[in-house]
Amino acid sequence: MKRRDIFKGAALGLALAAAGPALAQDTKVIGVAIPSATHGFMGGLNYHAQAAIERLEETYPQLDFVLATAGDAGKMVNDIEDMVATRNISALVVLPFESEPLTSPVQAVKEQGIWVTVVDRGLSVEGIEDLYVAGDNPGFGRVAGEYFAENLGDGDNIVVLRGIPTTLDNERVDAFTAAIDGSGINVLDMQHGNWNRDDAFNVMQDFLSKYDDIDAVWAADDDMAVGVLEAIDQAGRNDEMWVVGGAGMKQIIKRMMDGDPMLPVNVTYPPAQIATAIELTALGLVSDTPVAGRFIIGSQRITPENAEQYYFPDSPF
Amino acid sequence: MTDTTGETTAGPRRPRLNLHVLGPVLALIALIILGASLNSNFLSYGNVTNVLARSAFIGIIAVGMTFVITAGGIDLSVGSMAAFVAGVMILAMNAMIPTLGIGVPLIVAGMTVALLAGLGAGLINGFLISKVGIEAFIVTLGSMGIYRSLTTWLADGGTLSLDFDARSFYRPVYYDGILGIAWPIIVFALVAILGELAMRKTPFGRHCAALGANEQVARYSAVKVDRVRMATYVLLGMLVGVATIMYVPRLGSASGSTGVLWELEAIAAVIIGGTVLKGGFGRVWGTVVGVLILSLIDNILNLASIVSPYLNGAIQGVIVILAVVLQREGKSAD
Repeated sequence: MKRRDIFKGAALGLALAAAGPALAQDTKVIGVAIPSATHGFMGGLNYHAQAAIERLEETYPQLDFVLATAGDAGKMVNDIEDMVATRNISALVVLPFESEPLTSPVQAVKEQGIWVTVVDRGLSVEGIEDLYVAGDNPGFGRVAGEYFAENLGDGDNIVVLRGIPTTLDNERVDAFTAAIDGSGINVLDMQHGNWNRDDAFNVMQDFLSKYDDIDAVWAADDDMAVGVLEAIDQAGRNDEMWVVGGAGMKQIIKRMMDGDPMLPVNVTYPPAQIATAIELTALGLVSDTPVAGRFIIGSQRITPENAEQYYFPDSPF
Repeated sequence: MTDTTGETTAGPRRPRLNLHVLGPVLALIALIILGASLNSNFLSYGNVTNVLARSAFIGIIAVGMTFVITAGGIDLSVGSMAAFVAGVMILAMNAMIPTLGIGVPLIVAGMTVALLAGLGAGLINGFLISKVGIEAFIVTLGSMGIYRSLTTWLADGGTLSLDFDARSFYRPVYYDGILGIAWPIIVFALVAILGELAMRKTPFGRHCAALGANEQVARYSAVKVDRVRMATYVLLGMLVGVATIMYVPRLGSASGSTGVLWELEAIAAVIIGGTVLKGGFGRVWGTVVGVLILSLIDNILNLASIVSPYLNGAIQGVIVILAVVLQREGKSAD
């Protein structure tokens, strides 16, 4: 135990001394482990991770990066073990594929005195990570709900499309429901669109058949918003309702910038949070800037006026 | 083979046929009555059009799947293949806009690309299965993963979108039609009728059934077994191309999550419709009934919201199994 503490202290000292001129020639390696780009949001996350790494490698010649993307939790564990064994990383930035299976491997990394930054999904044991960077899921639902409460009143009808049934989706929907509580808004129906365009299109077609009076739709995700908008367009009911998506997909943001009346606002849940995590980790390695702690990226309301600052035309998302 | 036993004795033919064949039809009628009683909009023109048009993709693919399964094969790659063909079609159309401009030639070129891509994909599956002799399950499991990743790779992890103007021009192919019948429904109907005729009236259909029932006997009967088997996969690939042609104008985009689990829906529809999973007997119109049952379940669950949406999958599962049980009971009764 004592020996390990000494080892830890030595590693920490080494990390802190990074800015010192004596060690400036030493290259430090930061490992980045993220899920592979299987859908829009993760595609954006991969893009921002690569962009951040390119930028940082130019800014800090003394830093080196290893980026590994994994299609399942098992591969992610292997990636992390490889990074520690073969690349001698000084810091690990990880977006756990799943919390449970990644907890003990990341804990093992931490015990070797390596700085650990966890992104978006927490580990199931608290206190392992030095830095936690995440989006705000309850905030995501709340910000959307507040807009509904401000703009709709007693007796107005809305429908809600939910994502894939998960804790994350529940947190968002609970916060949304709490935010519109007491406003008199009538939630006609909630169904799962699984964060998928086609599923959302089908669900919205059925909502439109079922209800003659819908004033607004919380699509909760921009991929689902695309399907929802198409279904409304097909039914020719564009003038009756507006749609709030989420996560700031570039096509949707573009339409907001062009002043589409059906898309009054959007709520951020930025895939660029991975860039925040990598930047902060790098900053901690190259300077004495304190970066330990928790960094929760607020969910912002995007309006047509400020949409331009959330528009990333080069990102795949 | 059931047909031949039926012809020997005229007497018991009718009740056996009724029970055996009518299972899925009865399930379909029951679903329609249930839907109509739960929601007055269920039988409205709009809802019927929606359900039929969205059934078209799986439906067109399932008709092709009927031939593959009848011939004793299986194809797990069709969902991924549809996503890949859609991706290739969108990329090709975007690339051809500068030369062809936006108009009918572009759409025709896009459709040709989709058909060729589908044909090529089917040809590769068919070649590996019939000429190289690898198990169909393994080949198509492999190509399922390959096409899915290729799509994600082409889209750079995001979404491939058709150029906005091209899409506006192409859009009527999904949303418009003639005499109030949407194009996807017309195409689905044509594919189903031609498929039914091919299965019943042509040597190809008979050869598929012979091959699925007993490959050795088929071979001794001078059926070109490899060629027939290959043809079923090529046909299915081309029908995936046709389905994609109807799919792309709907949302104008394709991504790694396009067509997920379509293969299982298509296989389920084929089996609900009375085709034997082991091969040897296929019924195209039954497949159409199966497809309609599957989309009606979704539609009714959305329209009615009588149960927790968490349970939608469970209800689908129960109805699928029930539809097949009805049919199997009919079969064992004779």
